[in-house]
Amino acid sequence: MSEFFTSVHLKEELCMGCINCIKRCPTQAIRVRNGKAVITKEFCIDCGECIRICPHHAKEAIYDSLEIMKQYEYTVALPAPSLYGQFNHLDDVNIVLTALKKMGFDDVYEVSGAAELVSEISRSYVENHKDKWPVISTACPTVVRLIQVRFPNLIEHLLPLSAPVDLAAFLASRAAMKKTGLPREKIGILFISPCPAKVTAVKSPIGIDHSEIDGVLAMKEIYPKLLPFMKDSIDQVENLSISGRIGISWGATGGEAGGLLSESYLAADGIENVIRVLEDLEDSKLDQLEFIELNACAGGCVGGVLTVENPYAAKVKLKRLRKYLPVACSHLENEILEEAFWNHEVRYEPVFKIGNTMRESIENLTRVESLCKKFPKLDCGSCGAPTCKALAEDIVRGVAKEEDCIHILREYIHKLSDELSRLDTKRDNTSR
Amino acid sequence: MNDKITMHYMVPADDFTRAGEASSSVKSKLKLMGVKPEIVRKVAIAMYEGEINMVIHAAGGTIDVTITPEEIAIILKDHGPGIEDIDQAMQAGFSTAPDNIRDLGFGAGMGLPNMKKYTDELLIESELGVGTTVKMKVKVV
Repeated sequence: MSEFFTSVHLKEELCMGCINCIKRCPTQAIRVRNGKAVITKEFCIDCGECIRICPHHAKEAIYDSLEIMKQYEYTVALPAPSLYGQFNHLDDVNIVLTALKKMGFDDVYEVSGAAELVSEISRSYVENHKDKWPVISTACPTVVRLIQVRFPNLIEHLLPLSAPVDLAAFLASRAAMKKTGLPREKIGILFISPCPAKVTAVKSPIGIDHSEIDGVLAMKEIYPKLLPFMKDSIDQVENLSISGRIGISWGATGGEAGGLLSESYLAADGIENVIRVLEDLEDSKLDQLEFIELNACAGGCVGGVLTVENPYAAKVKLKRLRKYLPVACSHLENEILEEAFWNHEVRYEPVFKIGNTMRESIENLTRVESLCKKFPKLDCGSCGAPTCKALAEDIVRGVAKEEDCIHILREYIHKLSDELSRLDTKRDNTSR
Repeated sequence: MNDKITMHYMVPADDFTRAGEASSSVKSKLKLMGVKPEIVRKVAIAMYEGEINMVIHAAGGTIDVTITPEEIAIILKDHGPGIEDIDQAMQAGFSTAPDNIRDLGFGAGMGLPNMKKYTDELLIESELGVGTTVKMKVKVV
C-alpha cells in the first residue's frame, strides 16, 4: 500500500485549534498548525478517537451517503451484527432485515452469517498453526493497521483471513449475480457499518487485493430511517437471517474469540488496552495463549463511532437477542473456501522512523534528546504537538521549529526585552 | 557528527509495576530509529529479562545502553547478592527466585538463558556480596 487514506475529515470552520484531539490520538498523528488540526495520513490508523473527543464536532467520519443506492440496479445491504444491538426490545433480527428490504434494498446478506464461516475457518487455522500462536484476530482494520506500522514482529501472527464483512461482500455479490444475471458493476454491495475504519479498509485494503464492498453506509444514518419500516414489518416478517449465536456475538468484544470454542484466548478492547496487549505480545509475555482478539473500540464493534446506542447497553441487547438462537446457521459447504484467505502479503511500514540509515537515526535521535532537555516537559500541547518529545521529533523531521514552544518563545522575548531596555538605558546615559 | 547515542536508566527495587520500563523505552527508541524488527525484538527480550532479574534478585540497579551504527551494547549493573555459580545460573530452568515471585509468573529460570539466546555477546561478572554486572551486545546488521 503506497497511498495513505484516512476516514476522518476536518470541518475547518468548527475547529478551534484546541488540544483535545492531539492529546487523545494513540499514534500522535495530529498536530495543530495555524490554529487547525491536521492529520498526518500515514500515521492515522482510523481509530476514531479524535471524532469521539472533539468537543466542537469538527471531526467527522467519512462514509457514503444513502444516495449511493441509486447508482446501482440491484443493491444488497450488509448489516453488521452490531446493528442489532441498537434497537430496544428486538426479539428477531428478521424484523431488521425485512425492514432493510422495505427501505429500498433489493436483498440483505448478514455479515454475521459470513462471520460464522470465518469462525469455522479460524478454528482449523488456529489448530493447525501452533507455530503462529498466539494468532491475532484481523477483523478490526484499525488493529491490523496499527500492527502494520508499529508492531512489525507481530505481523506473522495475524490471522490471514478476510474480515467477515469482506467475505460477506464476496458471497453476496456472487449470489446476486447468479440470481439477477446482472453484471457485477450494476450490483451495489453496501455495508451498514459501525465504524469509518471500514471506509479506509475498502479504499486501501490490507491483506486482500481489493474489497468487494461498493459503499460504506453509517449505522447512525440508517438507524432513524429504519425504525418506521421496522414497525411496518412486524406483521409480515420474512425469514432472511442466516446466522446464529456465534455470528451475532461478533458484534461485541469476546464474540470472535468465543466462536473458536477454545478457552485459551484473551479479548481486549479500547485502543489503549489493545496497545498494551500488543506491547506485551511483542515481548513474548503472552506466548501461552492460542488466540488474541483485539477491538479498537471499547466494547467491540458496538462501540464504533457510527453507532447510536451506548456500547455496553448494545452488548446486553445482543446477548438477549441471541439467547434462543442455534449455535450457528451458516456452515462451510466445501472444506476450503479460498476466497476467505488473504491473497496479499502484509509488509511492515515503518512510517514513524526518523532516519534512513543507522547513522542518520543516531544523529537525529541525539538531536531529539537534546531538544527534549531544552523543553519544559509540561506536554502542554500549546505548540500544536501532543508532547514535548513529539515537538522535538517534528523539529528534527523539519516540520516545526523551536520557537513553536511558547515557553522557549517567552524566554526569547524576555531576553529580547532585557536587551532593549539595556540599549535604552545606554542611549539615555549617552544623551544626557 | 555523533556516531553513538547513550541512555541511562535507574531500575527501582521491588517495583513490579515499573519493571520493564527501561526495556520498553529502548524498544520504542530502536523502532523510531528504524532498526530491523528482529533486532528490536532481540534487544527488547534480552533487556527485559535483565531488568526483571535486577528487580527480583538485586534490589534494582542501573542500565546503560549505547547504540552505534554497528551494535547495541547494554550494561546492567547491580549491587545485589551476586551469583554463586554462573554456569549453573545459565542452565535453563534453574532459579533461586522465592515462591512469592514465582507466584507472579516470574522465576521460571529462563532469564539468563534467554539473554544468551537473544544476544550476540554476553558477559557476566559477579562477586558474592558485591554485585553483578551483565554486558550484552546485539549486532545491528
